[in-house]
Amino acid sequence: MSQNTLYDKVWEKHKVAELPNGQDQLFIGLHLVHEVTSPQAFAMIEERDMEIAYPERTFATTDHIAPTEADKRERPLTDQQSEEMLSALERNTAENGITFFGFESGKQGITHVVAPELGLSQPGMTVACGDSHTATHGAFGSIGVGVGTSQIRDILATGCIAADKQKVRRIEVEGSLGEGVSAKDIILKIIQDLGVDGGVGHVYEYGGPAIRELDMEGRLAVCNMSIEGGARAGYINPDETTYDYLRGREYVPEGEAFEELKSYWESVRSDEDAEYDDVVTVNVADIDPLVTWGINPGQVVEVSQPVPAPEDFEARSDREAAEQALEHMDLEAGQSMLGYDVDVAFLGTCTNGRVTDFRRATEVLEGRQVADGVRALAVPGSETVRQRCEEEGLDEVFIDAGFQWRRAGCSMCLAMNEDSLEGDEVCASSSNRNFIGRQGSKDGRTVLMSPAMVAAAAVEGEVTDCRRFFEDSAHSLTADDVSEVAD
Amino acid sequence: MGDDDQHITEVGGTGVPIPGDDVDTDQILPAKFMKEVTFDNMADYLFYDARRDDDGEFNDHPLNRFEGANIAVVNQNFGCGSSREHAPQAMMRWGIDGVVGESYAEIFRDNCKSLGIPAVTADHETVTTLQEWIEANPDGDIEIDVEDATVTYGDRAVDVEITDAMQEALVEGIWDTTALMYSNMSKVERTVADLPYV
Ligand code: SF4
Repeated sequence: MSQNTLYDKVWEKHKVAELPNGQDQLFIGLHLVHEVTSPQAFAMIEERDMEIAYPERTFATTDHIAPTEADKRERPLTDQQSEEMLSALERNTAENGITFFGFESGKQGITHVVAPELGLSQPGMTVACGDSHTATHGAFGSIGVGVGTSQIRDILATGCIAADKQKVRRIEVEGSLGEGVSAKDIILKIIQDLGVDGGVGHVYEYGGPAIRELDMEGRLAVCNMSIEGGARAGYINPDETTYDYLRGREYVPEGEAFEELKSYWESVRSDEDAEYDDVVTVNVADIDPLVTWGINPGQVVEVSQPVPAPEDFEARSDREAAEQALEHMDLEAGQSMLGYDVDVAFLGTCTNGRVTDFRRATEVLEGRQVADGVRALAVPGSETVRQRCEEEGLDEVFIDAGFQWRRAGCSMCLAMNEDSLEGDEVCASSSNRNFIGRQGSKDGRTVLMSPAMVAAAAVEGEVTDCRRFFEDSAHSLTADDVSEVAD
Repeated sequence: MGDDDQHITEVGGTGVPIPGDDVDTDQILPAKFMKEVTFDNMADYLFYDARRDDDGEFNDHPLNRFEGANIAVVNQNFGCGSSREHAPQAMMRWGIDGVVGESYAEIFRDNCKSLGIPAVTADHETVTTLQEWIEANPDGDIEIDVEDATVTYGDRAVDVEITDAMQEALVEGIWDTTALMYSNMSKVERTVADLPYV
């Protein structure tokens, strides 16, 4: 049993009661709502003739179905079902006094991008959303949990969820990242090491030098993919990086109130002598950028490594999954991902749709062109991100390079709007899931990677080592290097 | 308030094996079908892509072969991926009353509990034996006893595991957590009063 970790402290602080079924009733300090998973929950509340318990702790926006082409955002939306979902959300939030960041607000975007940048997500909170990537908010040192629709109903009605406390695994991330390697590579490496179900029954506490060095946006990317590793949540202890980021944001108080909050934030940090259920170490000092080669986020290699063979895996389930992956991706074991042809480049999502991600991509794209035949989409995670990027002139770099510069939304991450893969297209994607069918086509193929790697793939029309486009390209590998190694 | 008296001590019926590890919610209920504002039609979309061949005809997916089944038998890490309750909702509306599997993703299991669907676990051997048995006995009855944590089929009874929270919730009929937690509202207020950020 863990003790005196941030998770323990925040849990205790929010625990209302022990329920007769043995679970804890946990108060949720920030409830984020979007159009897809909430309408059924609001309907249940209405059916029971109940009221929303904490409307002022509830914030909504629209992301999954949001059209990302400016002229498609006119109302009513062309897609009737999308229009219905959006109007339902507008109605539900208006009737219940819930703040809604719609298209007109200038703040619309993916819940997990919007809440952090507005300062809604803060250390020491419990955050819930009807979306599995709620772990993202753990980057501030909060407990972020994804919930289903019945639990959304619970939160709307009572402000609480019924939850089982998880074990806490400390992941000590050692080493310093090399040039061209990013937070996305850290989390892909962790999932590679621990597996897609390695975190089941756990929350992950990420720490160590490599995590301390990350800026907030990098930390958000790491925590975002906790669920891909099977963990119910993931978090990072708050520190000066966290407080500096929060200072001055719209929903963060100033002056004395800030200092008061800060002492609370400090108090929930895991103690020096905190006890964890287990501790693992991952070293990222020498890693190359990583890319997935398969159909789950654990099927990942450093871009220089050959794709493994099914027989390389010990567990029967991993062998079967590898066979299925090779077939779906049309890959041979031993082949490298370098040189794997790409039809679509997709930059955005709640993992990598923030300003620094777009900056990173433009470092590669500046003065270069997207390869012929590649469809390239840059989709800011929020309208705030879009405006920031435009102020910096990043949009022009994208447009000049041949990218489409879009409005905010989830877009091709799961293709609930009109952005979708066609047939068996291959997508170099900065998103978090490469499941079969995820990007809208059941034969579509997704290769997950960092923003810089997506930009590099767009330029080359194939998976390539982004480091060749950076000043210090000593480490970058080409397909030829690797085939030499393989020979 | 909802029905407080919904004790679920056992569920049963014929079975359907859904083999494979890491079956994610994008397969169980593809995102393109999440655009409806109610769960009413979700049964039609269950494993939509996997159940059809390229020209849209039903293939030999187990859900097509074992129409009318009540107990799904699955392997490791079933229901991983997104938090969409649409997935267990679709299973429930298709007719699934209980699941036997090697392991589940946490959110999926929570969602099952919220819907009153027992999701029990057993080791690989036990699960695959049961899957094979269903293939050989498509009309055979399978019974999940939630109280005793056993699964009975043919002339066999096997022990399975069920989390305490799920067992309590189902057997005591208190899986309607809204009602349960609503009765604690004064305690909620006390907890909130003590939070520096509210
Ligand atoms: S960007 Fe993708 S993963 Fe993130 S909330 Fe949207 S659909 Fe989910």
